[in-house]
Amino acid sequence: MFHKLTARLEGKPIDATPPSNDRGGFWRSLDEIRDAEVFRDYITERFPRFAAHLNVDRREFLKLMSASLALAGMGACSREPQEEIVPYVNASSGRVAGEPRFFATATTMGGFATGVLVESNMGRPTKIEGNPTHPSSLGSTDIFAQASVLDLWDPDRSQVVTRNGQIDTWENFGATLQRRLAALADKQGDGLRILTETVTSPTLAAQIDQLLKRYPRARWHQYDAINRDNIYDGTRTAFGETLDVRYALDKAQIIVSLDADFLGAGNARVRSARDFSHGRGAADGETRPNRLYAAASSPTLTSAMADHPLAVRAADIETAARNLAVALGVPAGTPAEISDESKTWFAACARDLQANRGASVVIAGESQPPYVHALAHLMNHALANAGATVTYSDPVVAHAENQTTSLRELCRDMDTRGVDTLVIIGGNPVYSVPSDLEFKARLTAVPFVARMGLYEDETSAACHWHLPATHFLEAWSDARAYDGTATITQPLIAPLYGGKSAHELLAWLVAGTLKSSYDVVRDYWRPRLGTDFESAWNSALHEGVIAGSMFPQRAVALKRDLSIDNRPPPASTDDSSLELVYTPDPSLWDGSNANNAWLQELPRPLTKLTWDNAALISPQLAKRLSLENEDVIELRLGNAMIEAPVWITPAHADRAVSISLGYGRTRAGRVGNGRGFNAYALRTSDAPWFAGNLQVRKAGRKYALATTQHHHAMNGREVVRVATVDEFERNAALRGAQQHQATRAASLYPPFKSDGYAWGMTINLSTCIGCNACTIACQAENNIPVVGKTEVARGREMHWIRVDRYYEGKPQAPRTHFQPVPCMHCERAPCEVVCPVEASVHDSEGLNVQVYNRCVGTRFCSNNCPYKVRRFNFFQYADQHTESLKAQRNPEVTVRMRGVMEKCTYCIQRIANGRIEADKAGRRIRDGEVITACQAVCPTQAITFGDLNDPASRVKAVKASPLNYALLGELNTQPRTTYLAKVTNPNPDVTAS
Amino acid sequence: MAQVFEPRLVLWLKLSALAVVAFFVVVILIWRISIAPHPSIGSPVEQIVPFSHKHHVSDVGLDCRYCHTTVETSAFAGMPPTDTCMTCHSQLFADARMLAPVRKSFASGQPLRWNRVHDLPDFVYFNHSIHVAKGVGCETCHGPIDRMPLTWRTATLEMQWCLDCHRAPEKYIRPRDQVFNLHWRPPGSQLILGKKLVEEYRIHTSSLTDCSICHR
Repeated sequence: MFHKLTARLEGKPIDATPPSNDRGGFWRSLDEIRDAEVFRDYITERFPRFAAHLNVDRREFLKLMSASLALAGMGACSREPQEEIVPYVNASSGRVAGEPRFFATATTMGGFATGVLVESNMGRPTKIEGNPTHPSSLGSTDIFAQASVLDLWDPDRSQVVTRNGQIDTWENFGATLQRRLAALADKQGDGLRILTETVTSPTLAAQIDQLLKRYPRARWHQYDAINRDNIYDGTRTAFGETLDVRYALDKAQIIVSLDADFLGAGNARVRSARDFSHGRGAADGETRPNRLYAAASSPTLTSAMADHPLAVRAADIETAARNLAVALGVPAGTPAEISDESKTWFAACARDLQANRGASVVIAGESQPPYVHALAHLMNHALANAGATVTYSDPVVAHAENQTTSLRELCRDMDTRGVDTLVIIGGNPVYSVPSDLEFKARLTAVPFVARMGLYEDETSAACHWHLPATHFLEAWSDARAYDGTATITQPLIAPLYGGKSAHELLAWLVAGTLKSSYDVVRDYWRPRLGTDFESAWNSALHEGVIAGSMFPQRAVALKRDLSIDNRPPPASTDDSSLELVYTPDPSLWDGSNANNAWLQELPRPLTKLTWDNAALISPQLAKRLSLENEDVIELRLGNAMIEAPVWITPAHADRAVSISLGYGRTRAGRVGNGRGFNAYALRTSDAPWFAGNLQVRKAGRKYALATTQHHHAMNGREVVRVATVDEFERNAALRGAQQHQATRAASLYPPFKSDGYAWGMTINLSTCIGCNACTIACQAENNIPVVGKTEVARGREMHWIRVDRYYEGKPQAPRTHFQPVPCMHCERAPCEVVCPVEASVHDSEGLNVQVYNRCVGTRFCSNNCPYKVRRFNFFQYADQHTESLKAQRNPEVTVRMRGVMEKCTYCIQRIANGRIEADKAGRRIRDGEVITACQAVCPTQAITFGDLNDPASRVKAVKASPLNYALLGELNTQPRTTYLAKVTNPNPDVTAS
Repeated sequence: MAQVFEPRLVLWLKLSALAVVAFFVVVILIWRISIAPHPSIGSPVEQIVPFSHKHHVSDVGLDCRYCHTTVETSAFAGMPPTDTCMTCHSQLFADARMLAPVRKSFASGQPLRWNRVHDLPDFVYFNHSIHVAKGVGCETCHGPIDRMPLTWRTATLEMQWCLDCHRAPEKYIRPRDQVFNLHWRPPGSQLILGKKLVEEYRIHTSSLTDCSICHR
């Protein structure tokens, strides 16, 4: 009866023979038995030792468990382990045990350098700060520079030489290479190809030139998936020569971006952000802020900052540029018709530009075709901006040729068997080359492919030899910044895994002998640093820049026969067809950061998504296609198809879908493998940035995405305060008075007094660009763990400073506001009164401190925090087992355990060190001596921190601004962190219409 | 009324109650002993070389800072590199068997590994330089180190011990120039001198007991 019932319930044919069961007759379903067998097989196969113990009965199980529990309990009572002190053998000069030291070097992205100072704790690089003397840093950095220190310690980095997937040695590779080079020398290097990423390193470029001299028929190709082809082609169209363009945004009153994301991408993004915010003014009512017009297809940091954002499809930017050019009197043919909304926008934009001749700038984006760049140059010339806000120099990239063309030639030669030795240095072409070039298939036809890379990735798998490369903190090299300024990048640590640098490999290729990268770099610079080489070298290392290496400005003249106005108008795009836009991922960039857990978990600035990419669409399109967030859609372009979850993004261009590059990696490492979808599968070399005629179909299922901001409504509260500059001038005084009243309401508690120092912070919302650099700098400084997608989806991300994003206005064309939210350090902190163990208490300097060794994890404090800035270790998030990751941690900050609450400390370790140094000297801490990690990294200097008891401190002055307001000040928490209301500068003509 | 419990049973009950109490006492004792920091106060820590502070400080007359070079500048007092040992021991006791590990380290470049005598929990951040600058003598925490043939701990290093001084530094501090003097005794009343020094060295007693002074 029982058998029959179960069997019937399961809809399976009734088995005449009752199933045999080792342990008696009771069972609940056929699945139970089947499972038991499968399980037994699994255990026998995977853990043969345990198979014998599978027959443990309940009584025995309890016995075993109680024994292990008791032992575990005893184990917890063990004495603390005997620790050791291991001094040096020889005292090294200048090193003080226990004190960090800083070394100047540079990180590169897309070949371009950002100068940094790297903190070394007893020989371990742990934290990266900006280099104030470096032109593209000026003391700040971005998320990529901050996260690059984690790559150094990544346990998934490639650690050995491999040949066809088998472990091999450098010696064997050297021997093989010698044989090949001997053969190549006979035919003058015919068939030898070098494929690198974009190279600005003067030494590497010189080495490659030497190689090409020795093997005249060899060729060098550079390829980056996110490259500057359009920029260089643009200057070639306009001026007939390859040039780099620099923008002096601090001098520009009107800035027009044509799909250019100069704040979030580009070779000078940190510097641009600083200059832009400088032009934004202190919002003190004295300097008039600049005005930013930004047309963008997929919203970017730049378009989010715009006073006048315009969502247009990428293909329509050209039409827009033409309209603008014609309005400015630049011959650009007959522009196509544009929408009324755009017309007003462009008319206002053109008027503003005309009114600010010589003090405005038009910038075309890297994804726009050369024609748009040429138009931008023409406009800048017509507006007399060239030479004032726009300057030109020789290209910083060595041999700046069109990378896609170069790559196509390589592919063509691979087909014709013209390539027999290919050396790939860096990059990951198998993953990132446009799919139509079928690089992987072509690679298999090459007889000898050697590949040097930081990871054993997709490309390594398709090569014969994989050679572990050094991280930039492990080897000597050099690199140039956006303006040509060269930096010697010095190592802070010996190669962890016996990797070698590109310079060493090149030296091997050129001379057939090993030469250290130190010698290579020094030999290059020896004749170039003047007579006293040693002191010039030391000064270059110390300063992090080589004095006088900046490329001089070039006088340029527009080509005579531009023939730009007889270019036919772009084929009118079919209204019903969709456009596909490729964007660099805000965190992973081109995919090279895929295994960096900090970047994976960093919420993307606008979508607040983590651990995945998504197909971004506008709310209108979502409505028309009846799509919701997380609906999976099929994206079909020609014959290629990928599936992607939808994320509805306000301010996105209608009739366009944008997907970010860099996801869908298969051999990135444990962190990056199998996350998101691979947008390169659709990308073609003809249309690397956007393509029309995209087919979209609903796949009929959902894919869960993890976002950190679920609601964007302020519920009637003035969480973010925004005023136009005119409104501000009209009633600034009034606003200020109201705010101060609100924060000084009556209270039953006695007022909080700080006699010594009183730490406080302000965050300027006018200049915050939402770039997340603060979040990741805080993560690096304060040993903040990553939690993974599942935990983020449960709202358990650990970032101490989050950047909230709010929208204002119509969903299709909203204005975007960012608000970084760290702990407010309330003087009347709601968290403190509810803590049963006094783990959340105030110190005498006004810091709301969390005492980890007292915390028992009730989470009452977090529940009572109105700002939701407290983070709880639900599990043991901090990795205690991976040795290499331990080396990255800041020794000045406790690594938190499971069950402990944590939150922003105002970088208490930096305050403590500042206090100790000042106390030793018998003085007060000077203003600017203690700089929090978020403040230091901020490219726009939006964060000010200091002592409120110091009448001359900057933070005190900033807090006196009428824009100063307390977040949720009506709760009378009296926060020490306050905000400066955002002041925008929209054109009254556009706003009125 | 008849007795509810027979005398025999009462005895049993009393004994078992005692046994329960004794059990807990034993458990608590075991627990206390097992969590006590190792090595305990007063027992020397075994080292790779039986280094004698007594010999080097009392007999030879070395200053603390000859070896602990960073005690005035850094959080960490500093442990001498092998070549500091060899400045003398390349000439003196150059063949002593006891010093074989030092010579081996110097020759091979492999560092000596000393066992820690004073070990604070990882969530406590102690800084030597500020204590030295504010007149806390070496002896105050490390005891009569110049009379220790082998090195042991004289303080509990428990939070209460730290707080004893942080709450009332005047009980312990001495003039700055006497910090490294292991035989200094207050000329008069320690409290009167201490109060004067607290004033003079600007020791902010109000903030010394903040959690954030030691915990981060």
